[in-house]
Amino acid sequence: MKIYHIDRESWVKGLAASAEVYQLVGPVREKDDFDFKVLDKGQMPDLTGTDTRLSPKALVFPKSEIMMTFSTDPNDPDCNIMKEAKKEYPKRAVIGIRPYDARALQILKMNYDNGDYQDPYFLNAYEAITFVGLAVNSPSSTDFSTSCGTGPFDEKGLDVLLVAAGEEGDFYAKILTDKGDAWAKAAGFSKEAGSDVSTRIEAMKKTAEEAISSKIAFDKIEKKTVLELFEADHWENTAFACINCGTCTYACPTCWCFDIQDENFGTKGVRIKNWDSCMTGLFTLHGSGHNPREHRYQRTRQRFMHKLKYFADKYGEGIMCVGCGRCVRQCPANIDIREICETMNK
Amino acid sequence: MINPYVPYPVTIDDIQVATEDKSLKTFRFVFKNPGDEEKFSYKAGQFAELSIPGQGEIPIGIASSPTEKGFVMFTVFKTGKVTQYLHSMKVGETMGIRGPLGNWYPWDTLKGKNILIIGGGFAFTTLRSSIKMMLDPKNRGDYGNIDVVYGARTPGMLLYKDELVEWEKRDDIRMHLTVDSEAPNWNYHVGFTPAVTEKVAPQASDDTYAIVCGPPIMIKFTLPVLEKLGYKHDHIIMSLENRMKCGIGMCGRCNIGRELVCKDGPVFTLDQINLTPKEY
Amino acid sequence: MINYTENIRKISSDLLKSGKVDVVIGYKSGTLPGVNEPFLAKTPEDADKLVWDSQCRLNLANYLTHRKDKVGIVAKGCDSRNINTHIVERRISREQVTVIGVPCTGMTDKTRLKELAGGDILTLTEAGGKITVKTAKGEKTADKNDLLQDNCIRCLHRNPVINDIPAADPVPEVNTTRNNDAIEKIEAMSADERWAFFDDLLSGCTRCYACKNACPLCYCPTCFVDESRPQWVGKGDDPVDVRTYHTLRAFHCAGRCTDCGACEAACPMNIKVRLLTGKLEKSCYERFGWEAGMTSDVRPALDTFTTHDPEEFIK
Repeated sequence: MKIYHIDRESWVKGLAASAEVYQLVGPVREKDDFDFKVLDKGQMPDLTGTDTRLSPKALVFPKSEIMMTFSTDPNDPDCNIMKEAKKEYPKRAVIGIRPYDARALQILKMNYDNGDYQDPYFLNAYEAITFVGLAVNSPSSTDFSTSCGTGPFDEKGLDVLLVAAGEEGDFYAKILTDKGDAWAKAAGFSKEAGSDVSTRIEAMKKTAEEAISSKIAFDKIEKKTVLELFEADHWENTAFACINCGTCTYACPTCWCFDIQDENFGTKGVRIKNWDSCMTGLFTLHGSGHNPREHRYQRTRQRFMHKLKYFADKYGEGIMCVGCGRCVRQCPANIDIREICETMNK
Repeated sequence: MINPYVPYPVTIDDIQVATEDKSLKTFRFVFKNPGDEEKFSYKAGQFAELSIPGQGEIPIGIASSPTEKGFVMFTVFKTGKVTQYLHSMKVGETMGIRGPLGNWYPWDTLKGKNILIIGGGFAFTTLRSSIKMMLDPKNRGDYGNIDVVYGARTPGMLLYKDELVEWEKRDDIRMHLTVDSEAPNWNYHVGFTPAVTEKVAPQASDDTYAIVCGPPIMIKFTLPVLEKLGYKHDHIIMSLENRMKCGIGMCGRCNIGRELVCKDGPVFTLDQINLTPKEY
Repeated sequence: MINYTENIRKISSDLLKSGKVDVVIGYKSGTLPGVNEPFLAKTPEDADKLVWDSQCRLNLANYLTHRKDKVGIVAKGCDSRNINTHIVERRISREQVTVIGVPCTGMTDKTRLKELAGGDILTLTEAGGKITVKTAKGEKTADKNDLLQDNCIRCLHRNPVINDIPAADPVPEVNTTRNNDAIEKIEAMSADERWAFFDDLLSGCTRCYACKNACPLCYCPTCFVDESRPQWVGKGDDPVDVRTYHTLRAFHCAGRCTDCGACEAACPMNIKVRLLTGKLEKSCYERFGWEAGMTSDVRPALDTFTTHDPEEFIK
């Protein structure tokens, strides 16, 4: 596939051209941090931050999403009959998604297309996106993505990999899929980079990967049984500080759990899908009052067992973590997945 | 892409109070759209989400048998928001059903085998489905001896009493009904389900499987009895319950280890359950 | 701070050795610079991991709630007032707790640290009232007093009010005024301005509930947000529900909140939720002369009455 060289001027023009065909989405300043938003006409994505505070998962798995609508009006012939909400999935290009975040969305897809069932809300949104990722040249100190089967230059979840080319705002754009090619055409990028560009990108990748000092290992977790890990005696200590808030699960790009709720407005209503968190007691509370995860540490254990063991055993595709470090940075109580992984891997 | 969250619209066709304390009601639903009944083709042991717009959804075992046509039946205990509301609904009202969901009792494995069914309290719903299915003349020849141990607190708390009486009279199924303590006009066993099981259950063999479904306390005391009788763990079949929302293996709350009770279950052998954390 | 750490270790170790307590709740060094982790020391050896510095932002009284054993707890001024509240509200008995009191000179604000560093903080050191942060670009130093959390800036009780074994001599109280400029600014707004202000304030909320889970007051077995019969509040991101949650939670804390700032320290979206609790704290003082958690034998203002309570609202 081709690699284009895009200078600053072509970049601005190209984004504007592609905006004719694609709805552009990119990181923008939101109060004191960054978040992925649909870009206004002429608005440029702000690519100065490393990670957005919340992961880009909301693009395919919104915090709160209407699935169906209904009427409970007895005079309505369709009273109490659920209707699929009308939704549009315009062709989107997500500019500046980080490679490990794009990989994370692939992990979400494994859950939402499980062979027997497909979640149309997730899949329609996902398929409509062309992922134009931006390689991470200067990884953060909490980035441990290279240990997680991805990395700062990982191409797996992307259609285009952008690499900041060193000069003033220039990019190399490595086209990875047909979808990526179509976006580059719409943007009008055509100047192919010099013959040494692959070598240059490889060198930058190597530099970035080597700059990552934070590592985890889960080789021993793979070999241990579920029960051995689950029944280990460290969990109450490990989870002591955890306040069981949803910070980590909501910041995480691979946490996929959700709740389904009905909301009524008079005789009209909607059934919605909300982010949910295994950290809460309500998540598993039975109607009888019995709760299989009654104690706080049991919920913390579930989160890490899911990410580091259940997922790995079930899919054979590594762990349910891409090492972005958001949970590590945002946890109010310093629950650090790297440390817990180390404890489990002993 | 089929949207697995959209329920089939159904009409409530019949409502019967199922127990003397009125905490359980049996609902019969008829599909509103032609063709939906066929799409809802199920096996005994599966469940469905009963879906009431504005209230929510609740996973309930299917109590009707695949051999019964023209309706589906569920027996529902009044406990939370959705079931409270359902108990207040009337015949003729519309609601939704989503399913069938989950796996079923392993009918392929059970072909030609003797079957011991042990049920307690109001967990008898999918067991009723199973018995009804096996007793169908088309199916009865597929299975060996059928023993049923079914216990409740009092005679009035037994579900499907008319059918129990009918089955009691048949010679191709052995019924062992029990209540916790003596009651007027009660001519069957008295005592807890595990104790009765110990007395009446057939000896274990490679060709005999036990299906156990009931409240946690019953299961806790029945499993040692089965072990004592020599039942191997892969010959003990159980149906688990956990809080569920999606029912299709996506929302993430019903897992026991890597298994999702809603999609990989609810039916597991004790062998399988022994390998997972006891988070149910 | 080294003194504090050494004293806390010594006191905790002695308490554990003597059997006066079964465990000590304190802090250990975190895995990131500028973050410490609440820690349960069970043995004298564990006690050697305890630390104290200006990065102990959570309120450790939160970890006392369901304990049945004899607990030693490291407590700064605000934590100690929440221990009192716990005792009044019978979450724990006075006999069960041994307070290792830490005279506090304030905690650093995580956002102010981030702003000072201007990048990923690689190391953080604290000495002589100064904080130094190192990033890939270099080092920056600032007065700790310029980096304090908002609640610490206006703190009136830096010294623990319940203090069994002081970890150090008392520090002077520096604030004499109860003025709360941030709240007064909101009070001065018109209703429309205020509506817009709170709308914006809460707009980033993800309902992760870090604020309530970090709060020692939020121990209800089932929080109103989790009730389904009746369902008081929707669970999506409708602004009405988000506002309802924050407002009701603040009211539940009225007369009980010690302004410890754990809610803001915990919020991953940096929402200034103290602007809600602060108003109620102010009202409680103005109406009832009440400060939460100053004693262990008086019920909170809204939980009791006196014949002197203002009653002009009864028409």
